[in-house]
Amino acid sequence: MSAVTETEAAAFVPADARRAGRMLNAAIIILLCVWVLLPIYLVLVNALSDPQTVTGWPKHFVPTFDLGSLSFFISYAGVLKALGNSVVVAVLTMVLSLGFGAPAGYALARFDFPGKGVFRLLVLMTRAFPLPLLALPLAVMFIRTGLDDSLFGLALVHTTLALPFSVLITASLFSGIPFELEEAAWTLGCTRLQAVRKVVLPLALPGIAASGVFAFVTSWNEVFAAAVLTIRNRTLTAFLIQSLDVSPLPLKFAGAAVLVLPALIFLFAVRKYLFSLWGIANR
Amino acid sequence: MATISIKGVQKSYGTFTALHGIDLEIADQEFLVLLGASGCGKTTLLRIVAGLNSPSRGSVKIGGNEVTHLPPRSRGISMVFQNYAVFPHLTVFENIAFGLRMQKLEKAEVERRVRRCAGLMHIEGLLERYSGQLSGGQRQRVAVARALAMEPSVLLMDEPLSNLDALLRLEMRAELKSVLQESRTTTVYVTHDQVEAMSLADRIAVMHGGHIVQVATPIEVYRNPATRFVGGFIGSPPMNFLPAEAVEGGWQVAGKRYEGPRADGLEFGIRPEDLEPAEAGFAGEVRVIEPLGAHQLVTMNVAGQLFRAVLDSDRRVSLGETLTLAPRPDRVRWFDTASGLAVAA
Ligand SMILES: Nc1ncnc2c1ncn2[C@@H]1O[C@H](COP(=O)(O)OP(=O)(O)OP(=O)(O)O)[C@@H](O)[C@H]1O
Ligand SMILES: [Mg+2]
Repeated sequence: MSAVTETEAAAFVPADARRAGRMLNAAIIILLCVWVLLPIYLVLVNALSDPQTVTGWPKHFVPTFDLGSLSFFISYAGVLKALGNSVVVAVLTMVLSLGFGAPAGYALARFDFPGKGVFRLLVLMTRAFPLPLLALPLAVMFIRTGLDDSLFGLALVHTTLALPFSVLITASLFSGIPFELEEAAWTLGCTRLQAVRKVVLPLALPGIAASGVFAFVTSWNEVFAAAVLTIRNRTLTAFLIQSLDVSPLPLKFAGAAVLVLPALIFLFAVRKYLFSLWGIANR
Repeated sequence: MATISIKGVQKSYGTFTALHGIDLEIADQEFLVLLGASGCGKTTLLRIVAGLNSPSRGSVKIGGNEVTHLPPRSRGISMVFQNYAVFPHLTVFENIAFGLRMQKLEKAEVERRVRRCAGLMHIEGLLERYSGQLSGGQRQRVAVARALAMEPSVLLMDEPLSNLDALLRLEMRAELKSVLQESRTTTVYVTHDQVEAMSLADRIAVMHGGHIVQVATPIEVYRNPATRFVGGFIGSPPMNFLPAEAVEGGWQVAGKRYEGPRADGLEFGIRPEDLEPAEAGFAGEVRVIEPLGAHQLVTMNVAGQLFRAVLDSDRRVSLGETLTLAPRPDRVRWFDTASGLAVAA
């Protein structure tokens, strides 16, 4: 309906004004794409070029497709293990922050309970303390409880970082799904839990996937806690910061590429949900 | 197939009381319409029957079983929501099958029932579509088909036609009526549209401010409103009211004497179509004339009150003319001034 009125309205706008509008639109889109893609492109070009080209002058914008840097990087002792650790921690973080965040978000969206506003605020407050402030006491506590240098322990810390966003994102997702749909499911034979599983979750899936990816990337990129809390079980970021500090430029590019790629691939895999076709609407 | 028995149901939200001790008995296979102005508590009452809200006090029985504290799924009801609540992530087929799958019916039986209900609502051709690809009227049909497929003992509907345009509403009304007459399911139907209520109901329960003020057949509600409110709420145009003054052996209304019941203070009520041009009666100056096709609606000023009459359109009436109309004696109604209750003549 609104599409019709828009086209009708557009018919009254002069043609060149419309063209100018379209060009402005295109320019902004191109600018944003360059902004995001250029650094990634440069990282990939340099990671895929031979070391001479990378360090030499003039700079090249076409990779020489030399896997030397990458293969050296991958075979570098400890990289593969760190990569695996990063994946494990990120997946754990994703599972934990959705596992706790989605139910909390549902409660915020659907129930009125005393202290709801305060709770909402407190969830965000956890992000008010800088991680370095928390990391040392946490390290002490982890050592006492035996969680230090364990992937699960690190995932817990990353979960505290990602959880506030999971809670708030899923809360807004769930409140965007008409409660009437759940009630309809109840009248059709569902328990409260079944209604959530059969109606709310499928509708919220795109957003939940996005929130999961967000948690994954939060953990994947996190350096500080990873560096402080792990020693033998380094994640990739912690490993890189420790070893690549002193490495030559080509290796840094290879490391950056390996860090960026999984995030890209993961986002690409869930893009279907992110740009999901069905609108979450009752009518 | 079931009776519904509502006893002393009260619902409070904080200090606000939305329902004041509702008592209502609904017979098996009856089509009962809850009619009332916006905010009078119709939806609240329906949701209490459905089990979506719980009453602050009182009890609900369906088919003789106490259900006051049972969840909706254990009550044998199904419901059509005002906004249809068609699941957007499922096809029409899966929407209609949703409740049947919850009951773990066999595949063939699910298929059979879905096809039958889709057929009843004339949406066989839409079974593979998603709700985003349907018009409002089609969505409405899906919602009704989904409720019917459950073969519930009680069907609850909350203003199911209110989002449709006038023509579609008329068409759907007739269709609903024929489908429900056939299925013979006990139905509670909420609306604020009196024409809808009149045309569908076996009985109408008129609600006002959290009370049920009258429960009766449509024609009874129309002819013999239990209170002044019902007379003024039902009928378009509504009933005329004139103040009455006690005189020797009757009541003086707008300068004319009528026989009436004995009471402390009364108001005189007459429906606009129960007035006929006559030599003697209510005289008033014609203020507005609205031709309606078969009839014309004439608004006059009688004894300082707005007074409407529905007259045959052949009768010539001109603005400013003084018209004299006599009420049909058997259609005159009296209401107690203090309580608003009807007083038998
Ligand atoms: N959750 C609530 N909290 C407080 N008051 C409420 C709540 N739900 C309903 N009410 C009040 O109860 C009264 C009855 O509401 P209800 O929804 O039953 O009206 P209705 O007759 O269905 O009206 P409509 O025709 O507009 O749908 C209203 O005055 C409404 O403001
Ligand atoms: Mg309502």
